[in-house]
Amino acid sequence: MFAYFTKNDPPSDDKRWKIIAATMRKLGNERYALIETLHSLQQAFGYLDRPGLEYIAASLKIPLSQVFGVATFYNHFTMKPQGRHACVVCLGTACYIKGAAGILKSIEGARGLHPGETTADGGLSLLTARCFGACGLAPVAVLDGDVIGRVTPELLEQRLKEAVERGR
Amino acid sequence: MVAEELKVIAAEEHEVRAKTTACINVCGAAGCKSFGSDALHKALVEAVAAQGFGRESCIIRKVGCLGLCGAGPLVSGEPGGVLYQRVTPADAGEIVAALDGPPVDRIRLDTAMPFFARQQRIVLENSGRIDPERMEDYIAFDGYSALAHVLSEAEPAHVIAEVHKSGLRGRGGAGYPTGLKWGTVSKAAGSPKMVVCNADEGDPGAFMDRSVLESDPHRVLEGMAIAAYAVGANEGYIYVRAEYPLAVDRLKTAIRQAERHGLLGNNICGSNFNFRVHIRLGAGAFVCGEETALIASIEGKRGTPRPRPPYPAESGLWNHPTLINNVETYANVPPIIRNGGDWFARIGTERSKGTKVFALAGAIQNAGLIEVPMGIRLREIIFEIGGGIPGGKNFKAVQTGGPSGGCIPAEFLDTAVDYETLTKLGSIMGSGGMIVMDETSSMVDVASYFMEFCMTESCGKCIPCRAGTAQMHELLGRFKSRCATQRDLALLESLCDLVRNTSLCGLGQSAPNPVTSTLRYFRPEYEAAMTSEGGL
Repeated sequence: MFAYFTKNDPPSDDKRWKIIAATMRKLGNERYALIETLHSLQQAFGYLDRPGLEYIAASLKIPLSQVFGVATFYNHFTMKPQGRHACVVCLGTACYIKGAAGILKSIEGARGLHPGETTADGGLSLLTARCFGACGLAPVAVLDGDVIGRVTPELLEQRLKEAVERGR
Repeated sequence: MVAEELKVIAAEEHEVRAKTTACINVCGAAGCKSFGSDALHKALVEAVAAQGFGRESCIIRKVGCLGLCGAGPLVSGEPGGVLYQRVTPADAGEIVAALDGPPVDRIRLDTAMPFFARQQRIVLENSGRIDPERMEDYIAFDGYSALAHVLSEAEPAHVIAEVHKSGLRGRGGAGYPTGLKWGTVSKAAGSPKMVVCNADEGDPGAFMDRSVLESDPHRVLEGMAIAAYAVGANEGYIYVRAEYPLAVDRLKTAIRQAERHGLLGNNICGSNFNFRVHIRLGAGAFVCGEETALIASIEGKRGTPRPRPPYPAESGLWNHPTLINNVETYANVPPIIRNGGDWFARIGTERSKGTKVFALAGAIQNAGLIEVPMGIRLREIIFEIGGGIPGGKNFKAVQTGGPSGGCIPAEFLDTAVDYETLTKLGSIMGSGGMIVMDETSSMVDVASYFMEFCMTESCGKCIPCRAGTAQMHELLGRFKSRCATQRDLALLESLCDLVRNTSLCGLGQSAPNPVTSTLRYFRPEYEAAMTSEGGL
């Protein structure tokens, strides 16, 4: 009947699928495991792809439409592959008051990159966030998981350059 | 573990502390961590070794938030209680050398300054004092003694009565009396019952819950366990933002430690009370701070709210009676049980008891986390504790309550802060974010910023919120580009009214607040932003 209800083998023999299967098993393969499993998928692969969503839908016995609905509802989940480096600019209130928009504009100007986009060579993704709760250090950007406080366009550009060069 | 064993652990800890001649506390919360407090910690350990202090005589501890995040990384030294700001690894040698001599004045922070002296700490009493990753530290400061006490000596009804007597109100923003909520859940028919901790701190500009979870996670677990005992629940969920990885890690560590020592799990403290806590990660949806949306999200669904009643107290998580409280509310419970409801009720104002943690940020000298008694005046918070506006600029407004709150102008700076007065001013207490704005901020821009936030975060379930916020955002855009007309202004005001009164959940009902409050206090800015033709 429903194709996705019958096949629940991992999409490939990549070892990372075992982590995702373990997350589901830990929560008894119940439907409520969906969000935790999506977290696990995104952590392992960097983004949510269609084969992954189909696999989860089949394993948890949830219609693919609902899995898709949840994956697109939450801002944290992304369905696009990310660059090797990710720069997240905080747009929370404190950062906004302290000039976060200018920081974003400077990256857009210097690298022609808009929020949500990745450079053509897959080197850098630019993202925005609602708030990291590091408001005492505003404005804040997060580069590959490291919080940079009291960030200025120059400081960020310098750190971006360092990161991209290291990544090559 | 029983009460006696807790006392033994506490005594051992105090013995170790008494033996140490010196102690250096490095802030290990997210703010200072981002300024390199890990490298600093390492440098201090090396400096202690190099200067020949034995391991027993000098302890270097990674503690929770020391409060003044804007001046991080912070380091405190004992004895003497010196506090250092903006410390770099290069300063480590000097700090260690100064342990038995005069302090390093170059980087010293005056602990007598109002920022520290004017605070009254209940929720944050352990922040900056204990290592959040060591349960023994928490136990040394009366940790889990309230839980052990209620399990051995108090009936659930007595616990609820004590919380009721304290006058504690929900710290998530709405201010519903906590004792009343606990009473409703305990009386609700149906089992099992659930306890949920709302740690989905979505308000931009608020970081109280993050700090409490990072600095003192056991306090929240103890509060939840007491609540579970009081209402008769055996399962608990903490719904925490995925954006707070450090808080999640520390919570996981704390749960593991508490389970290992029999403070969570089966037969807690030798009683027949069982309580298990699970962590659920949020995924970046502001609306999930609303309780019914949060429940949907824990169930693995889209986080959309549903109409109430039935309230979660009757039918919540998986349709079981569910108690939902905020992180700070639970964190207030252990001290209330320890010191009694009357003690807590003596702090604060007539209708708002206790203290409140605020996150001070924006155009302010001392950005950071503060805990002050309810009833304190805004002026004291901003100009004494906060140290005023930097750069010689003038104060314009303070924004409380995040996207659901409003902007309060200078003429109300002498208002005593509590739930009712802030509501009367067109704002809300909210979870405790306080963003200060100086004269350079445009109020129309601020209103538009928050409306954009509500528009994107609207879950889309009910039309007033989904369409109304988008329309209001577009109208505000016209003001921003100075082509608004009288008619736009009238439409904006009527939309505020419509969205407030017809939206399904708190997000929509409060979304107009930033607009109505700025219209109320800064109307000339809107009028100045209208087209000169004044067309209709």
